[in-house]
Amino acid sequence: MSNSKKQFWWNNAQHRSLFFQVLLVALLVGFFWFIGSNTLTNLERRGISTGFGFLSQVSGFGIIQHLIPFDETYTFGRTFLVGLLNTLLVSAVGIVFATIIGVVVGVARLSNNWLIAKLAMVYIEIFRNIPLLLQMFFWYFAVLRTLPAPKQSWSAGDVIFLNIRGLYLPEPIFGPGFNFVFWALGLAIVTTLFISRWAKLRQEQTGKQFKTMTVGAGLIFGLPTIVFFLADASLSWNVPALKGFNFRGGITIIPEFTALLTALSIYTGAFIAEVVRSGIMAVNSGQTEAASALGLHKNRILKLVVIPQAMRVIIPQLTSQYLNLVKNSSLATAIGYPDLVAVFAGTTLNQTGQAIEVIAMTMGVYLFLSLSISAFMNWYNKKMMLVER
Amino acid sequence: MRKITWSIVAVVVALFISAGLAQASTKDEVQKRGYLQCGVSTGLPGFSNPDEKGTWTGLDVDVCKAIAAATLGDATKIKYVPLNAKERFTALQSGEIDALVRGTTWTLTRDSSLGLNFTGVNYYDGQGFLVSKKLGVKSALELDGAAVCIQGGTTTELNLADYFKEKKMEYKPVVFDTHDATAKAFDNGRCDVLTSDQSQLYGLRTHLSKPADAIVLPEVISKEPLGPVVRQGDDAWFNIVKWALNAMIEAEEMGVTQANVDEMKKSKNPGVRRLLGVDGIGGKGLGLNDDWAYQIIKQVGNYGEIFERNVGKGSPLQIERGLNALWSKGGIMYAPPLR
Repeated sequence: MSNSKKQFWWNNAQHRSLFFQVLLVALLVGFFWFIGSNTLTNLERRGISTGFGFLSQVSGFGIIQHLIPFDETYTFGRTFLVGLLNTLLVSAVGIVFATIIGVVVGVARLSNNWLIAKLAMVYIEIFRNIPLLLQMFFWYFAVLRTLPAPKQSWSAGDVIFLNIRGLYLPEPIFGPGFNFVFWALGLAIVTTLFISRWAKLRQEQTGKQFKTMTVGAGLIFGLPTIVFFLADASLSWNVPALKGFNFRGGITIIPEFTALLTALSIYTGAFIAEVVRSGIMAVNSGQTEAASALGLHKNRILKLVVIPQAMRVIIPQLTSQYLNLVKNSSLATAIGYPDLVAVFAGTTLNQTGQAIEVIAMTMGVYLFLSLSISAFMNWYNKKMMLVER
Repeated sequence: MRKITWSIVAVVVALFISAGLAQASTKDEVQKRGYLQCGVSTGLPGFSNPDEKGTWTGLDVDVCKAIAAATLGDATKIKYVPLNAKERFTALQSGEIDALVRGTTWTLTRDSSLGLNFTGVNYYDGQGFLVSKKLGVKSALELDGAAVCIQGGTTTELNLADYFKEKKMEYKPVVFDTHDATAKAFDNGRCDVLTSDQSQLYGLRTHLSKPADAIVLPEVISKEPLGPVVRQGDDAWFNIVKWALNAMIEAEEMGVTQANVDEMKKSKNPGVRRLLGVDGIGGKGLGLNDDWAYQIIKQVGNYGEIFERNVGKGSPLQIERGLNALWSKGGIMYAPPLR
């Protein structure tokens, strides 16, 4: 510190800035504390219950689609999990489909074939410019309507049935000894990963190529099959059957899920297609020409030169499309799909009346999901960035 | 720097002051504002439904009108706020509306833990089932395994679960946000059954593409007393909403109608004179004009009139009075004496 006699602490720039920072933090904490306590006092004064005790109360209502066991006797806390899993399911599958659609259409948009390029353009311009909610209504109320009633179901070999109530598939029932098959599958996948790593290293060192794809596919399909017969594992199917009004047994894919998934994938796919197109176009044509001058095959140019460079442009934009898809899945409530918003921020909120807690939890979940996706995509982006040697 | 610090201080002080202000009473607020904010459904024929011109009609709407007539002396000074089942309580709790008249079932949980009070019952209802005639079902007990369309966030969802559990039957709930979406899905054949309060079933049936193809099953599986709701803690307002409805029921019992109310003012019957504010306490206890009940009957009508006009013989719904008849005529509609 300074030796000067008349040096007050506020004359020291460092101390002063520290003081103001502490003051700011104190004000912020005070502000939020005030908001919180004010809310609580007012809720209490108006006789509205608060707290998270409701999560352990019995819910008393049913949910049509649950990935974990659920019925009326489970708690409100469980409804949260059921809703969350339903949201995750439709988001995860939606992201996969939207990406596939997006990549295919994005590449098709750049095709030299006039018809394919124009078709891709028409698709993008139509689905990108119609509100998502309308598209959901279209799939759910217009397309669904054409499906037959349960008694006139369309069937494939009397094991798969399709009607207005959903798609009914046979459910596999794994008999004893089947866990060996799962172990074998896990082993095959891990081995394939190692082989691909080793092949990459070998190619870098010696230039020799290894057919990872063929070997991997053989392992993943072959090994479990062999084990299946060796372990004498049994596998039976629970085939859906029409009983009373509806099909029972098997796996049901409800039409709400299908409609929501279709709308989300097609809508987001249109945006991703444009992202992919922009990424590919961002790669300088000199790069492609240089690669072909080296004598690389067309496919290898795409795989080794264009895509790695395009990815750097694509990934950051792709992240926001994924985030949009997850958040848009909350429109599910309009067509009766039991997602987190419909089940938890809908029915549960209404039965308990604890809006603040329920909405805070729901917002927390979406925030957490979005941040997780962002973090993952940022990590992936870093991995794909230009490696300077 | 000093400027910023001072502005922060000013903001914080302003926040404390605004939070410290006491809430004005709802009655004063409504009278100062000049109109009533009434929460109704997003469209349910017979109870609260807007026509092509945006004019709201229905049994619930008429209760809103009665409150406005009593408080403001003018039944037309209302801003209707359409709410779905999920939004309704939050809208009332947050003060977005002054009263909620939206076919809301009076239950212990709602009365005791939401910070709300039910002021009475304007329609005694019960949950029923609407099915397609093609199904060939005669009783709700034959509904095992059925897919059921419901509007989410209602007591209906809970009653349904209870009923099917008690009868050891399975069901698939398909839950929608609004009456419209629920009816549309049922119409499309997504569900075998549409369940709701019976009164609503008759209304929703008129929305179907072929109303004659659907029937309401005879079973009533629950008690659904539907009534107006206000915020807890404002007793003066609670009293006004409560007695606006009571006055309409009392008027029917006394035979005072919209048409004869002016004549009745000259009546010798002390009960009628008290009701119309000629004698007795008038509006002093409620803090209203003495002719508050007269205004309700003159501008809106008595309970029997609003019933028949909206859901009874004068409407497409053709619902019988049943439980909703006066206590003296075999029903349970009963108003405490206005004296």
